[in-house]
Amino acid sequence: MSILRVESLTKVFGGLRAIDDLSFTIHPGAVHSVIGPNGAGKTTLFNLITGVYKPTSGRVLIEDRDVSGLATHQRAALGMSRTFQNLQICMNMTAIENVMLGRHLHLDGRFLPSLFRLPRIVRGDAEARERCAELMEYVGLGKYINAEASGMPYGALKRLEIARSLAAEPKLLLLDEPAAGLNTTETAELDGVIARLGDAGVTVVLVEHDMKLVMNISEHIVVLNYGKKLAEGTADEIRRNPDVIAAYLGAA
Amino acid sequence: MSDHKVDNNALAADNPTVSARPPAEALRELRRWRWQDLVFSARYGGFFVLLAAVLLAPLFLEGLYEFDLAILVFINASVAITLNLLVGYAGQISLGHAAFFGLGGYGTAILATRHDWPALAALLAGVLLVALVAFVIARPILRLKGHYLAMATLGLGMIIYLIITTETGLTGGPDGMSVAPMEVFGYLVFDELVWYWITGILLLLIYWLSVNVIESPVGRALRAVHGSEIAAINSGVNVTHYKTLVFVVSAMVAALMGGLFAFYSGFITPTSSDFMHSIEFVVMVVLGGMASVVGAVVGALLLTLLPQFLAAMADYKWLVYGLILMLVMIFMPKGLVPTVHGWIRRWLP
Repeated sequence: MSILRVESLTKVFGGLRAIDDLSFTIHPGAVHSVIGPNGAGKTTLFNLITGVYKPTSGRVLIEDRDVSGLATHQRAALGMSRTFQNLQICMNMTAIENVMLGRHLHLDGRFLPSLFRLPRIVRGDAEARERCAELMEYVGLGKYINAEASGMPYGALKRLEIARSLAAEPKLLLLDEPAAGLNTTETAELDGVIARLGDAGVTVVLVEHDMKLVMNISEHIVVLNYGKKLAEGTADEIRRNPDVIAAYLGAA
Repeated sequence: MSDHKVDNNALAADNPTVSARPPAEALRELRRWRWQDLVFSARYGGFFVLLAAVLLAPLFLEGLYEFDLAILVFINASVAITLNLLVGYAGQISLGHAAFFGLGGYGTAILATRHDWPALAALLAGVLLVALVAFVIARPILRLKGHYLAMATLGLGMIIYLIITTETGLTGGPDGMSVAPMEVFGYLVFDELVWYWITGILLLLIYWLSVNVIESPVGRALRAVHGSEIAAINSGVNVTHYKTLVFVVSAMVAALMGGLFAFYSGFITPTSSDFMHSIEFVVMVVLGGMASVVGAVVGALLLTLLPQFLAAMADYKWLVYGLILMLVMIFMPKGLVPTVHGWIRRWLP
């Protein structure tokens, strides 16, 4: 069974074919990457998978289930979680509350139990708080457990998004350029976090335009160029592929 | 660093979890109960002060006029607290909330006075009527954001105000209508002190329940809608559902307070639902402090009492009133309570 399958997906913005007849399959486990130059359609692809955009044609399947009719929050309930290229952090909340937001689907979100503060609400939140503290430590944010989100540096917020996504205990984790805007030290730390996730058995789909970053940690790579699939395979296969070399370095 | 745990959650039954032990110090800090958390929390410190104020104020209040002011403060504070759930927590502006107050008031008044409904049934019907109106309007209107939402709620308020002023046969038109006194199980609620306790206890109840909502997954979802709607949706939060929920609930409380106000004052006019009254409610929230339950109460207290204190200035009353609002917003943009809370936290260890 595939965890994610994209079938002849196409998205047209005006005259631009941002995603053009794209098909690929993600099998459970390990780190997968979607790479391509800027403007290749990587983020558009994520927005189609999560349901932010509606495809012009084609479909997305999660665990062989067609999710075309489902809204974004319903797709999240199927076990899909994502981070964002440009940060989406709630600055009106503390760091750990941001992570706890990621646990929403595991908690009782109904109005009346919350209104009367039933014991399960109190217990659920207390457990979630402890669990989220562990996740923050896991991504290397142990010292920010009691911090306000608005007081944290950029690199830490990037990892806070990963912690929030992990809090949902997703089957499929989509990371959209997690290294964008980070310095080399921060990128190396992040590399370690993502590799550990892959080792732990979380299926990660990583979008990056930096090929160096993904080569070491990805088991399977899809290369996009102008919305089309240019190549697909292992890191070694991609590194030797003449089309990929041409797209990245210019035709030889 | 990672360890494999058996996860018994149905949502990700076959998914290995990742985890790491946080530093003992951070965990201790996370679990630690500090006296500041008790004293300066809305749930304990804030509630205790409000409870004490409601219980002890009758010892100091003298005469009908002062009790009347206290009752108005309670009614306004109840509306402001729930409006704050919508505006301060969920970040959705409403410039037409007085329309729900007025609609609840008129609905209750018409049923009780013209159709001889029992008071409680009339109140309930008024609240349910407004709930229905708010629910129907919520979906189309809450798709809008920022200024557009402000415009749309403004328009909604104006339409309701217009209906109330023009349906003369039903509402008495611009002159308003008198309301039969509230009779509950054969007991005529007339005495100011009884009204004081009814509105005071309701305020305490609404305060407590609102804090419950805020400190729950629902409250977190509401704040996330404010902080980042995209993050909320992708975390599985049904944003439309929560926006509608908080809009309807705040409209229902406004309607309940409008109904009680109609019974209490024995008279209701269209000004109860006009634009200025809507603005007053929003100013209570913003002045007291967005996303602060205590702030909403303080805002309601100040905005109800300030015009009375300034009455001595006669012609300059509204000038000074406006000036005070401007100065507070310039020097305390977060509102009174969050700003003062920030000062105290900086002073304390």
